[in-house]
Amino acid sequence: MLGLGVDRLQADINRLLASLFHQGVLDEHFLQLQQLQDETSPNFVYDVINIYFDESEKLLRNLRLLLVDREFSDYKKIGLHLNQLVGSSSSIGARRVRNVCVAFRSASELSNRPGCMRGLEVVEHEYHYLKNMMHELFQLEQQRLLAAGVRYPV
Amino acid sequence: MVCEMETDQIEEMDVEVLSSMWPEDVGTEADKQFNVEKPAGDLDTLKEVTIEEKPTIADLTRLPDLLNSTHQGTSQLTNLVKQWEYMQDNAVRLLREELKNLNRQREEAEAKELKIIEDYKFESNEPENVPVLDETSDLFRKFRQKKRDALIDSKKIEIDEEFDTVAYWKQKALSLEKMLEASTERERRLVEKLHESLKTMESHAAPVQELTQNLKRAEGFLHFILQNAPIVMGHQDKDLRYLFIYNKYPSLREQDILGKTDVEIFHGGGVKESEDFKREVLEKGKASKREITFTTDLFGSKTFLIYVEPVYNKAGEKIGINYMGMEVTDQVVKREKMAKLREDNAVRKAMESELNKTIHITEETMRAKQMLATMSHEIRSPLSGVVGMAEILSTTKLDKEQRQLLNVMISSGDLVLQLINDILDLSKVESGVMKLEATKFRPREVVKHVLQTAAASLKKSLTLEGNITDDVPIEVVGDVLRIRQILTNLISNAIKFTHDGHVGIKLQVISEPSFARDNALNADAEVDNGLTETSVWIRCDVYDTGIGIPENALPCLFKKYMQASADHARKYGGTGLGLAICKQLVELMGGQLTVTSRVNEGSTFTFILPYKVATSDDYSDDQDEFSDMTDHQSEPDDTTEGYFQFKPLLGSIYSNGGPAISNGFLPHKVMLTTSPIKLINGFVADPSNNTGQSEIVQVENGGYVDETKLETSSGHCPESAHQYENGNGRCFSKESESCSSSQASSEGGTLEMESELTVSSQREEEKAETNLKETSKPKILLVEDNKINIMVAKSMMKQLGHTMDIANNGVEAINAINRSSYDLVLMDVCMPVLDGLKATRLIRSYEESGNWNAAIEAGVDKDILENEQVCVRSTNRLPIIAMTANTLAESSEECYANGMDSFISKPVTLQKLRECLQQYLH
Repeated sequence: MLGLGVDRLQADINRLLASLFHQGVLDEHFLQLQQLQDETSPNFVYDVINIYFDESEKLLRNLRLLLVDREFSDYKKIGLHLNQLVGSSSSIGARRVRNVCVAFRSASELSNRPGCMRGLEVVEHEYHYLKNMMHELFQLEQQRLLAAGVRYPV
Repeated sequence: MVCEMETDQIEEMDVEVLSSMWPEDVGTEADKQFNVEKPAGDLDTLKEVTIEEKPTIADLTRLPDLLNSTHQGTSQLTNLVKQWEYMQDNAVRLLREELKNLNRQREEAEAKELKIIEDYKFESNEPENVPVLDETSDLFRKFRQKKRDALIDSKKIEIDEEFDTVAYWKQKALSLEKMLEASTERERRLVEKLHESLKTMESHAAPVQELTQNLKRAEGFLHFILQNAPIVMGHQDKDLRYLFIYNKYPSLREQDILGKTDVEIFHGGGVKESEDFKREVLEKGKASKREITFTTDLFGSKTFLIYVEPVYNKAGEKIGINYMGMEVTDQVVKREKMAKLREDNAVRKAMESELNKTIHITEETMRAKQMLATMSHEIRSPLSGVVGMAEILSTTKLDKEQRQLLNVMISSGDLVLQLINDILDLSKVESGVMKLEATKFRPREVVKHVLQTAAASLKKSLTLEGNITDDVPIEVVGDVLRIRQILTNLISNAIKFTHDGHVGIKLQVISEPSFARDNALNADAEVDNGLTETSVWIRCDVYDTGIGIPENALPCLFKKYMQASADHARKYGGTGLGLAICKQLVELMGGQLTVTSRVNEGSTFTFILPYKVATSDDYSDDQDEFSDMTDHQSEPDDTTEGYFQFKPLLGSIYSNGGPAISNGFLPHKVMLTTSPIKLINGFVADPSNNTGQSEIVQVENGGYVDETKLETSSGHCPESAHQYENGNGRCFSKESESCSSSQASSEGGTLEMESELTVSSQREEEKAETNLKETSKPKILLVEDNKINIMVAKSMMKQLGHTMDIANNGVEAINAINRSSYDLVLMDVCMPVLDGLKATRLIRSYEESGNWNAAIEAGVDKDILENEQVCVRSTNRLPIIAMTANTLAESSEECYANGMDSFISKPVTLQKLRECLQQYLH
């Protein structure tokens, strides 16, 4: 924490982002999000992503509850939840989550319960992966900011 | 009595001798007889039989003659005789065996008898009365003697009386009578036997009859066969006159045939041929077969398989032919059918394999295309990551060299992205996925904007001109994006290959071209969308004074990945996809793209497209969809202006279309003086580096600014430079997306599309107008239920200098609209409670009727609405922009159908939002 690792941290961040892009976990909308961040809202990305995680967590919980229920038949509700999830995922550029959600949604449109269960699992997996990655990213970002903030008297 | 007895005995003996000797004699006699007598008798029999018993149409009377006179007849007879002989031999052998058996039995019996006689030791007083047969064996004599002895002996015993007395004689007479009786009995038996023997002898004694029977059987068999055989047989003499004919299906009587030749009997096809064939066989002396088709009046067209063999007489001379024919018409027909089928089969197989090959090739091609598309798509994602990263990188602190390198990297990345987009476009068109949209647009503005954009990136001293004839309608309907794509492509091509002179676009209305009349269907396909306007054909020429295209390169000009020559490819770069895409797009729209060119004088690309003429009654709709290329200074003179020119001026500054300047950075004009400070891609360039690149300066709006303007706005220069030095890096990255499109936001927060043309006189007016607009801040309503989306959109709006109200669903939106007036509504389509489409319909119905009845009917809280009814709204149509997750054409049509003005596909980007605001907020 001597403020000497700024470049390295930035490189790490860039590398991480590049790999996430390469894997298709993120897409250009995440860049958009970053571009929307400026001095007036310095934590914009962090805030949005956090809200996204909160919301998605709720949605996923609901989806799981709906699907676990044996007498469940409300595929429309699942569809609505998924629409939400697709919308917000595509807004933040969480491409892979969005894609698996779309697949999940088509399974729900066909009232395909096993498909839905599988879909939910895949979505949860992708979601957690994204969350981990984002966590890492924000940590790196934080470290970078800290490092960048270090000033030495000349 | 003795005599009697003797004769009796002799008879008996004779009979016995005869019967024992007979078989041998008969056998030899018979053999001799057959050998000698048979032929003559045989023939006679045959003759009798044939004539008497089975009269047929066959000339049987002649058959014996034939048999007599030919080798074959003789040999056949010989065969028969031999057969008969064989049978006789067999019979003789059997008889001999039997005789042997009998002899043995007899000998045994005699031996027994002898023994018995000896046992009784009788003596014979009787005179021996043995017939002396020539050399008959002693045995016989002895036997008879003994036998007689025995007989007498036995009699002797019976006579008890004294010799020569009456009683003696009586007794003797009596005994003799008995003996006589026995003898008579024996004689009778012998006679029976004799009769029997005679009978058998009779049956054996008539070989002729047997032969006759055989022949009868053979004849019967032949007859049976012949009667059922569908054949014609005949015998013809040396002159080919029929001597004999047998026909199962006689159509002529015998007398019509016999003694005549084929030619005399029939007329028609094949007769001569068969005659010749027969003659040939006769001459060559070799039997052969041939198929001949007859076409005669007698039995129509029939095919016969004919077998002809020559006939020789005993002396070996040819005396005629035997001829046998069988009708094989059906078989021939079948065979021909089979052959035809086989042929068809072969052809089909060949075709099949050909088709298979084609299918294979097509599949391969499709797979290759699919792979190309997939690959392109796969490449695009990581590449956009690379470019995005590079753009992020460009916002960090870099030194001059790094920045230059990075710029090269970004522009290269952009190029690759462009190439991939081209490929995807192409495969879209090829696979028929691409859909055309029909929207209203103004051709003049499209042309102007294309030229303007081209001028913005122009690095050569070229004059760009646009010329539109007066008869071109102000507004037409077509797929403006594609048309623009074509124009841009052609213009950039033209500029690329032109070093000086001018490049231009000319639009003119023409009559319906001939190719369109030919495939009127294609044109009709364009006539949908419920538009009933009349159609107009517009010819668009894109001309240049460039290097031209050699004639031999013209054919492959529109082929993919082809450039006129490898040299050009090296010199000018490019993917070689542009023209192929243009051509496909034009053809997709029912038009035609052609080119004329002369080397070193220039080329003209011409495309002819059909458009619908739009009726301009609904003005609020007019600006749909072409907003991104119109500059919204919709002064009346602009809509009808038919001529634009973008002239290169030395010392003037062209935009390179690179990363634009952010909001708050530059005012709406380019503010550079002729002072040495120049901006290159957003950083201060070394003024001494006066190369072509350093001359390229950031110009907002991609517009073209002439010198005078630069001077007038020179005062701003320090400010801009200063601002940049503040290192507002974020701003650049935010704007980096909008590379080639031309817009910027004005300071006042009102978005305005700035397009600076050469018409500098308008500048002042514009300024005034802009100021006017700045005074009223537009009110924007976002209807969206997703928190994340709201956050993102809000943040974007903030960047664009706007604030906005939020409604979470359709009902809230209606209430909000009812409460206050908005300039723009961004409406999510898919929402809970009341979705965007319904909400829009209700809002439109309110605009038309002035009340919310429809909404109340739909269940929206009526108290609120009624209370607020007093609010008087302007009758202007409220622009409602749909935000939809589906970018498919169907969905956009649905949006329009529900009264929406435009749509943004989700996820919303800053770029899309900005374009939208520019279009709808004045």
